[in-house]
Amino acid sequence: MKAIEYVYAARHKNRPTGMAYIRNIFTDFIELHGDRRFGDDRAIVGGIAMFCDMPVTVIAIEKGTDTKERVSRNFGSVHPEGYRKALRLMKQAEKFKRPVICFIDTAGAFCGIGAEERGQGQAIAENLGSMMELRVPIISILIGEGGSGGALALGVANSVWMLEKAVYSVISPEGCASILFKDPQKAEIAAENLKLTARDLFGLGVIERIIPEKNTESVFNIIKKQLKAELERLIAKSGDELREERYNKFRGIGC
Amino acid sequence: MFNFRKPKNELELILKQGKKNTPTIPDEMFTSCPGCSASILSEELIESLNVCLKCGHHFKISARQRLNALADAGSFDELFGDMESENLLGFPEYEKKLHNAKLATAENEAVICGTCEIGGNPTAVFIMEGDFMMGSMGTVVGEKITRLFEHALKMRLPVVGYTISGGARMQEGILSLMQMAKTSGAVMRHGNAGLLYIAVLTNPTTGGVTASFAMEGDMVIAEPGALICFAGPRVIAQTTRQKLPPGFQTAEFLLEKGFIDAIVPRKEHKNTIAKLLYMHRGASE
Repeated sequence: MKAIEYVYAARHKNRPTGMAYIRNIFTDFIELHGDRRFGDDRAIVGGIAMFCDMPVTVIAIEKGTDTKERVSRNFGSVHPEGYRKALRLMKQAEKFKRPVICFIDTAGAFCGIGAEERGQGQAIAENLGSMMELRVPIISILIGEGGSGGALALGVANSVWMLEKAVYSVISPEGCASILFKDPQKAEIAAENLKLTARDLFGLGVIERIIPEKNTESVFNIIKKQLKAELERLIAKSGDELREERYNKFRGIGC
Repeated sequence: MFNFRKPKNELELILKQGKKNTPTIPDEMFTSCPGCSASILSEELIESLNVCLKCGHHFKISARQRLNALADAGSFDELFGDMESENLLGFPEYEKKLHNAKLATAENEAVICGTCEIGGNPTAVFIMEGDFMMGSMGTVVGEKITRLFEHALKMRLPVVGYTISGGARMQEGILSLMQMAKTSGAVMRHGNAGLLYIAVLTNPTTGGVTASFAMEGDMVIAEPGALICFAGPRVIAQTTRQKLPPGFQTAEFLLEKGFIDAIVPRKEHKNTIAKLLYMHRGASE
């Protein structure tokens, strides 16, 4: 498969979205709404659920499954209040000492007047810094599109995993092609060069694990199994150790 | 890497001879101000830190010029100055762009880091260079800024940081994106130790830099009229097909919306920053 084919697969409308993962991996999910500042961003679903007899905080970017829902979820493009809701739930998780599991699937943080007025940049920045400091385990899983800062705002985790056909990139191949090559038709070349597939990112040390995609059922089962093992490893660590591990993971990327 | 080709033009020749601190305004006698259309003697403009004497329009200024205006004479010690970017992902034309950026700016990367004194107050400082690939953040920019915060933490120094950036550097793909998390982590560690970080946002500060260390200062100051945003106005106009309100995403707009602490004209930077550093001198003990 070419890189651009992974991009199309990651965006495919029949691909399971955030809620499907919450429903199939956890039990007793109770959704918690709102950022307590401005509103409730439906592009982010968050709440508490049970996993292996343990309460966990689950946060997912949800694109929606039919046209009506997609519109109400803003196609999974998050506003600042969505990131602030996510952060509120993460701090709540820290207070009650439960792990945080994030599912990422977004073309990017929303570009619009309201999003800028309410500080999209500031909201993402605050999430990056605060996630780095969180004293409970964080696991982030890229299930579809990982669009730039809008994806990273839920991606500062102890472990970052990617589905085999998910992509994670600093910019969309189309955006990159139109800026650098002055031709959006060159998205295929851009996709190849951006190194955005799970295999590329594993090779670059940005992600820890690739979840193979045989079929939807097997994906849920593999995530369940891996999540159980990884949470056991992380729960044994102190808050300081978790922070140290997270800092060192990102500290080592680059040069 | 060595390059023996003949300089394309005079600017390249001058830069090749290693002349630093070249003013970024054109070499002509007069410069026309885009703010008030007045003709200003170029010499006067340099003296006024590239601010129009008539209307206060802030022209572009190089990172070195800024540093000279900010740091007490002879106090600056550069750190990590010889770090250079490599084409880590084998991205087309990246080496050429890096090479041209070095020629155009006489800098090795899009940020200068070091320690200095400002009005007698010791501080760590980073200043981004907008003419180096639009001040974009790749792994070296991220690493230098991270190292500076780590150094400041070790030495118990405050940090003063000037941002100007088109965002994350596309040519380094996902590795650029990760610098947002890395620098944010370093800012937090420095801040947790009770140390001060003043961010100064200049025109333009956008994308991944806005969404990381630019917005993480204890105090966030901006220059008048600076464009400060996550997504740029053109992208928003294209995506939403909405008419953008006047003054959208300027420093004045962000002040009104509550996202920055103050707008400070360039000429007052040194004085204001020195005062803030002085008021927080206890934090470094």
